Amino acid sequence: MSQINRYDNRLGIWGWLGGGRWGAERYAYILHRITGLGILFYFLLHIVVTSLRAKGIYLWAGHGFLHQPIFEFAEYVVFAAFAYHACNGIRLVLVELGFAVGKPIEPVYPYKTSLNVQRPLLVCMMILTAVFLAIGGYAALIE
Amino acid sequence: MNRTKYWTWHMAAGVVLLFLLGLHMLIMHMVGTAHWFAPYGTEPDSLQNSLFRDGKLFFTVTYILLLGVALYHGLYGLRTILFELTLKPAFEETITVVLLVVGLGLFGLGTWAAVAAHGIALAGARG
Ligand code: HEM
Repeated sequence: MSQINRYDNRLGIWGWLGGGRWGAERYAYILHRITGLGILFYFLLHIVVTSLRAKGIYLWAGHGFLHQPIFEFAEYVVFAAFAYHACNGIRLVLVELGFAVGKPIEPVYPYKTSLNVQRPLLVCMMILTAVFLAIGGYAALIE
Repeated sequence: MNRTKYWTWHMAAGVVLLFLLGLHMLIMHMVGTAHWFAPYGTEPDSLQNSLFRDGKLFFTVTYILLLGVALYHGLYGLRTILFELTLKPAFEETITVVLLVVGLGLFGLGTWAAVAAHGIALAGARG
Protein backbone atom coordinates (compact mmCIF):
# COMPACT_ATOMS: atom_id res chain seq x y z
CA MET A 1 0.00 0.00 0.00
CA SER A 2 1.35 3.35 -0.93
CA GLN A 3 2.06 5.71 1.87
CA ILE A 4 0.69 9.20 2.00
CA ASN A 5 3.31 11.77 2.75
CA ARG A 6 2.00 14.56 4.89
CA TYR A 7 3.81 17.83 4.93
CA ASP A 8 3.42 20.39 7.63
CA ASN A 9 2.90 23.46 5.55
CA ARG A 10 2.64 25.83 8.43
CA LEU A 11 5.73 27.96 8.55
CA GLY A 12 5.26 29.02 12.13
CA ILE A 13 6.87 32.24 13.25
CA TRP A 14 9.07 32.39 10.14
CA GLY A 15 5.95 32.39 7.97
CA TRP A 16 4.99 35.61 9.67
CA LEU A 17 8.34 37.30 10.17
CA GLY A 18 10.04 36.17 6.97
CA GLY A 19 9.67 38.11 3.74
CA GLY A 20 10.52 35.13 1.53
CA ARG A 21 10.50 36.07 -2.15
CA TRP A 22 8.26 39.06 -1.53
CA GLY A 23 11.07 41.42 -0.75
CA ALA A 24 11.20 44.77 0.98
CA GLU A 25 7.44 45.51 1.06
CA ARG A 26 6.83 42.30 3.01
CA TYR A 27 9.24 43.43 5.69
CA ALA A 28 7.64 46.89 5.63
CA TYR A 29 4.33 45.15 6.42
CA ILE A 30 5.77 43.26 9.38
CA LEU A 31 7.27 46.44 10.80
CA HIS A 32 3.95 48.24 10.21
CA ARG A 33 2.16 45.60 12.26
CA ILE A 34 4.72 45.63 15.07
CA THR A 35 4.78 49.43 15.28
CA GLY A 36 0.96 49.52 15.11
CA LEU A 37 0.64 47.16 18.06
CA GLY A 38 3.42 48.96 19.90
CA ILE A 39 1.87 52.41 19.67
CA LEU A 40 -1.56 50.97 20.47
CA PHE A 41 -0.16 49.49 23.70
CA TYR A 42 1.50 52.82 24.54
CA PHE A 43 -1.66 54.76 23.66
CA LEU A 44 -3.91 52.74 25.98
CA LEU A 45 -1.54 53.45 28.90
CA HIS A 46 -1.12 57.04 27.72
CA ILE A 47 -4.86 57.67 28.01
CA VAL A 48 -4.90 56.52 31.63
CA VAL A 49 -1.70 58.37 32.60
CA THR A 50 -2.72 61.68 31.03
CA SER A 51 -6.26 61.38 32.41
CA LEU A 52 -4.81 61.45 35.93
CA ARG A 53 -4.12 65.17 35.45
CA ALA A 54 -7.80 65.79 35.99
CA LYS A 55 -7.05 64.73 39.58
CA GLY A 56 -3.93 66.89 39.71
CA ILE A 57 -1.49 64.01 39.14
CA TYR A 58 1.20 64.85 36.57
CA LEU A 59 3.41 61.77 36.42
CA TRP A 60 5.45 63.11 33.49
CA ALA A 61 6.28 66.62 34.70
CA GLY A 62 8.60 68.02 37.36
CA HIS A 63 9.48 65.27 39.84
CA GLY A 64 6.93 62.86 38.38
CA PHE A 65 7.72 59.16 38.13
CA LEU A 66 7.85 59.23 34.33
CA HIS A 67 10.26 62.16 34.25
CA GLN A 68 13.33 59.91 34.16
CA PRO A 69 15.87 59.34 31.37
CA ILE A 70 14.73 55.76 30.75
CA PHE A 71 11.15 56.93 30.10
CA GLU A 72 12.29 59.89 28.02
CA PHE A 73 14.20 57.42 25.86
CA ALA A 74 11.19 55.10 25.66
CA GLU A 75 9.13 58.09 24.50
CA TYR A 76 11.58 58.60 21.67
CA VAL A 77 11.18 54.93 20.68
CA VAL A 78 7.40 55.41 20.59
CA PHE A 79 7.88 58.53 18.48
CA ALA A 80 10.14 56.57 16.10
CA ALA A 81 7.55 53.79 15.82
CA PHE A 82 4.90 56.38 15.04
CA ALA A 83 7.07 58.15 12.44
CA TYR A 84 7.57 54.86 10.63
CA HIS A 85 3.91 53.77 10.96
CA ALA A 86 2.68 57.15 9.71
CA CYS A 87 5.01 57.36 6.68
CA ASN A 88 4.43 53.75 5.71
CA GLY A 89 0.70 54.24 6.39
CA ILE A 90 0.53 57.05 3.82
CA ARG A 91 2.19 54.68 1.35
CA LEU A 92 -0.36 51.95 2.15
CA VAL A 93 -3.34 54.28 1.72
CA LEU A 94 -1.97 55.43 -1.66
CA VAL A 95 -1.21 51.91 -2.86
CA GLU A 96 -4.50 50.46 -1.62
CA LEU A 97 -6.41 53.19 -3.46
CA GLY A 98 -4.52 52.23 -6.62
CA PHE A 99 -2.08 55.12 -6.82
CA ALA A 100 1.60 54.61 -7.53
CA VAL A 101 1.22 50.99 -8.66
CA GLY A 102 1.22 51.74 -12.39
CA LYS A 103 -1.45 51.03 -15.01
CA PRO A 104 -2.78 47.49 -15.38
CA ILE A 105 -1.10 45.67 -18.27
CA GLU A 106 -1.73 42.45 -20.20
CA PRO A 107 -0.13 39.46 -18.49
CA VAL A 108 2.25 38.66 -21.34
CA TYR A 109 5.41 36.64 -20.79
CA PRO A 110 7.91 37.69 -19.44
CA TYR A 111 5.62 38.88 -16.68
CA LYS A 112 6.28 42.15 -14.96
CA THR A 113 5.55 42.75 -11.29
CA SER A 114 4.02 45.98 -10.02
CA LEU A 115 6.35 45.75 -7.03
CA ASN A 116 9.05 47.42 -9.08
CA VAL A 117 6.66 50.25 -9.95
CA GLN A 118 5.80 50.95 -6.30
CA ARG A 119 9.32 50.54 -4.98
CA PRO A 120 10.26 54.26 -5.39
CA LEU A 121 7.35 55.24 -3.12
CA LEU A 122 8.67 52.92 -0.42
CA VAL A 123 12.14 54.40 -0.76
CA CYS A 124 10.78 57.98 -0.53
CA MET A 125 8.75 57.13 2.57
CA MET A 126 11.71 55.48 4.29
CA ILE A 127 13.88 58.53 3.60
CA LEU A 128 11.10 60.71 5.06
CA THR A 129 11.00 58.45 8.13
CA ALA A 130 14.76 58.78 8.56
CA VAL A 131 14.49 62.58 8.40
CA PHE A 132 11.83 62.61 11.15
CA LEU A 133 13.90 60.25 13.29
CA ALA A 134 16.88 62.59 12.99
CA ILE A 135 14.94 65.76 13.88
CA GLY A 136 13.12 64.00 16.75
CA GLY A 137 16.40 62.58 18.03
CA TYR A 138 17.98 66.02 18.01
CA ALA A 139 15.01 67.47 19.89
CA ALA A 140 15.24 64.72 22.51
CA LEU A 141 18.94 65.40 23.03
CA ILE A 142 18.71 69.17 23.50
CA GLU A 143 15.65 69.10 25.77
CA MET B 1 -20.54 45.06 2.91
CA ASN B 2 -20.51 46.42 6.44
CA ARG B 3 -17.08 44.91 7.03
CA THR B 4 -15.64 46.76 4.03
CA LYS B 5 -17.16 49.92 5.43
CA TYR B 6 -15.37 49.46 8.76
CA TRP B 7 -12.09 49.02 6.88
CA THR B 8 -12.74 52.20 4.87
CA TRP B 9 -13.28 54.03 8.18
CA HIS B 10 -10.02 52.54 9.42
CA MET B 11 -8.21 54.05 6.41
CA ALA B 12 -9.98 57.40 6.79
CA ALA B 13 -9.08 57.40 10.49
CA GLY B 14 -5.45 56.87 9.49
CA VAL B 15 -5.54 60.04 7.38
CA VAL B 16 -7.21 62.06 10.17
CA LEU B 17 -4.57 60.76 12.59
CA LEU B 18 -1.88 61.94 10.25
CA PHE B 19 -2.99 65.53 10.90
CA LEU B 20 -3.98 65.38 14.56
CA LEU B 21 -1.17 63.13 15.72
CA GLY B 22 1.18 64.95 13.36
CA LEU B 23 0.41 68.15 15.30
CA HIS B 24 0.89 66.29 18.58
CA MET B 25 4.33 65.16 17.38
CA LEU B 26 5.28 68.65 16.16
CA ILE B 27 4.59 69.89 19.67
CA MET B 28 6.23 67.05 21.61
CA HIS B 29 9.15 65.92 19.47
CA MET B 30 10.14 68.53 16.90
CA VAL B 31 12.70 71.25 17.33
CA GLY B 32 11.56 74.54 15.91
CA THR B 33 7.81 73.97 16.04
CA ALA B 34 7.36 72.91 19.66
CA HIS B 35 7.34 76.42 21.11
CA TRP B 36 4.22 77.46 19.18
CA PHE B 37 2.07 75.46 21.56
CA ALA B 38 4.50 75.18 24.46
CA PRO B 39 5.63 78.73 25.17
CA TYR B 40 7.29 78.08 28.54
CA GLY B 41 10.90 76.86 28.56
CA THR B 42 12.31 74.00 26.53
CA GLU B 43 10.14 71.15 27.81
CA PRO B 44 6.90 70.88 25.86
CA ASP B 45 5.43 68.59 28.52
CA SER B 46 6.19 70.70 31.58
CA LEU B 47 3.34 71.39 34.00
CA GLN B 48 3.07 74.99 32.79
CA ASN B 49 2.87 73.99 29.16
CA SER B 50 0.33 71.25 29.86
CA LEU B 51 -1.88 73.77 31.66
CA PHE B 52 -1.37 76.27 28.83
CA ARG B 53 -2.78 73.79 26.30
CA ASP B 54 -5.53 72.50 28.58
CA GLY B 55 -6.80 76.06 28.91
CA LYS B 56 -7.31 76.39 25.15
CA LEU B 57 -10.63 75.12 23.83
CA PHE B 58 -8.87 74.11 20.59
CA PHE B 59 -6.82 71.52 22.46
CA THR B 60 -9.70 70.21 24.54
CA VAL B 61 -11.72 69.62 21.37
CA THR B 62 -8.90 68.10 19.30
CA TYR B 63 -7.77 65.89 22.20
CA ILE B 64 -11.23 64.34 22.36
CA LEU B 65 -11.33 63.97 18.58
CA LEU B 66 -7.86 62.41 18.52
CA LEU B 67 -8.81 60.12 21.37
CA GLY B 68 -11.83 58.73 19.53
CA VAL B 69 -10.20 58.42 16.11
CA ALA B 70 -7.00 56.78 17.43
CA LEU B 71 -8.96 54.34 19.62
CA TYR B 72 -11.04 53.30 16.62
CA HIS B 73 -8.04 52.95 14.31
CA GLY B 74 -5.89 51.08 16.81
CA LEU B 75 -8.51 48.72 18.21
CA TYR B 76 -9.89 47.96 14.74
CA GLY B 77 -6.31 47.18 13.65
CA LEU B 78 -5.90 44.81 16.59
CA ARG B 79 -9.23 43.17 15.70
CA THR B 80 -8.01 42.66 12.11
CA ILE B 81 -4.89 40.90 13.34
CA LEU B 82 -6.85 38.64 15.69
CA PHE B 83 -9.41 37.78 13.00
CA GLU B 84 -6.62 36.58 10.71
CA LEU B 85 -6.30 33.59 13.06
CA THR B 86 -9.60 32.22 11.64
CA LEU B 87 -11.48 32.03 14.91
CA LYS B 88 -14.90 30.60 15.64
CA PRO B 89 -17.68 33.14 14.90
CA ALA B 90 -18.78 33.22 18.54
CA PHE B 91 -15.23 34.02 19.64
CA GLU B 92 -14.96 36.76 17.01
CA GLU B 93 -18.18 38.22 18.36
CA THR B 94 -16.75 38.20 21.89
CA ILE B 95 -13.59 39.98 20.73
CA THR B 96 -15.63 42.66 19.00
CA VAL B 97 -17.70 43.26 22.14
CA VAL B 98 -14.66 43.34 24.44
CA LEU B 99 -12.79 45.80 22.20
CA LEU B 100 -15.92 47.94 21.94
CA VAL B 101 -16.29 48.06 25.72
CA VAL B 102 -12.59 48.85 26.23
CA GLY B 103 -12.71 51.53 23.53
CA LEU B 104 -15.85 53.21 24.81
CA GLY B 105 -14.60 53.00 28.40
CA LEU B 106 -11.29 54.70 27.61
CA PHE B 107 -13.07 57.23 25.43
CA GLY B 108 -15.29 58.10 28.38
CA LEU B 109 -12.32 58.39 30.75
CA GLY B 110 -10.28 60.55 28.37
CA THR B 111 -13.16 62.83 27.48
CA TRP B 112 -14.00 63.40 31.13
CA ALA B 113 -10.32 64.15 31.86
CA ALA B 114 -9.93 66.57 28.92
CA VAL B 115 -13.02 68.52 29.99
CA ALA B 116 -12.04 68.52 33.66
CA ALA B 117 -8.48 69.62 32.84
CA HIS B 118 -9.88 72.46 30.75
CA GLY B 119 -11.83 73.65 33.77
CA ILE B 120 -8.81 73.33 36.06
CA ALA B 121 -6.58 75.27 33.68
CA LEU B 122 -9.15 78.07 33.31
CA ALA B 123 -9.69 78.27 37.08
CA GLY B 124 -5.90 78.40 37.55
CA ALA B 125 -5.55 81.17 34.98
CA ARG B 126 -8.19 83.22 36.81
CA GLY B 127 -6.15 82.65 39.98
C1 HEM C 1 -0.43 58.98 10.92
C2 HEM C 1 -1.19 58.15 11.55
C3 HEM C 1 -1.50 56.75 11.05
C4 HEM C 1 -1.65 56.30 9.76
C5 HEM C 1 -1.52 57.10 8.46
C6 HEM C 1 -1.96 54.89 9.86
C7 HEM C 1 -2.22 54.07 8.77
C8 HEM C 1 -2.47 52.72 8.85
C9 HEM C 1 -2.72 51.86 7.73
C10 HEM C 1 -2.80 52.31 6.27
C11 HEM C 1 -2.87 50.61 8.20
C12 HEM C 1 -3.04 49.34 7.37
C13 HEM C 1 -4.40 48.78 7.31
C14 HEM C 1 -4.54 47.77 6.22
O1 HEM C 1 -3.68 47.70 5.33
O2 HEM C 1 -5.55 47.08 6.23
C15 HEM C 1 -2.73 50.65 9.65
C16 HEM C 1 -2.81 49.56 10.48
C17 HEM C 1 -2.74 49.64 11.86
N1 HEM C 1 -2.56 50.78 12.63
FE1 HEM C 1 -2.24 52.62 11.91
N2 HEM C 1 -1.98 54.51 11.18
C18 HEM C 1 -1.71 55.63 11.94
C19 HEM C 1 -1.65 55.71 13.32
C20 HEM C 1 -1.86 54.65 14.19
C21 HEM C 1 -1.94 54.75 15.64
C22 HEM C 1 -1.79 56.03 16.45
C23 HEM C 1 -2.15 53.49 16.11
C24 HEM C 1 -2.31 53.03 17.56
C25 HEM C 1 -3.16 53.58 18.37
C26 HEM C 1 -2.21 52.59 14.99
C27 HEM C 1 -2.42 51.23 15.06
C28 HEM C 1 -2.56 50.39 13.96
C29 HEM C 1 -2.74 48.97 14.06
C30 HEM C 1 -2.81 48.13 15.36
C31 HEM C 1 -2.86 48.49 12.73
C32 HEM C 1 -3.08 47.07 12.28
C33 HEM C 1 -1.82 46.49 11.71
C34 HEM C 1 -2.07 45.33 10.79
O3 HEM C 1 -3.21 45.02 10.43
O4 HEM C 1 -1.07 44.72 10.41
N3 HEM C 1 -2.03 53.33 13.82
N4 HEM C 1 -2.47 51.97 10.02
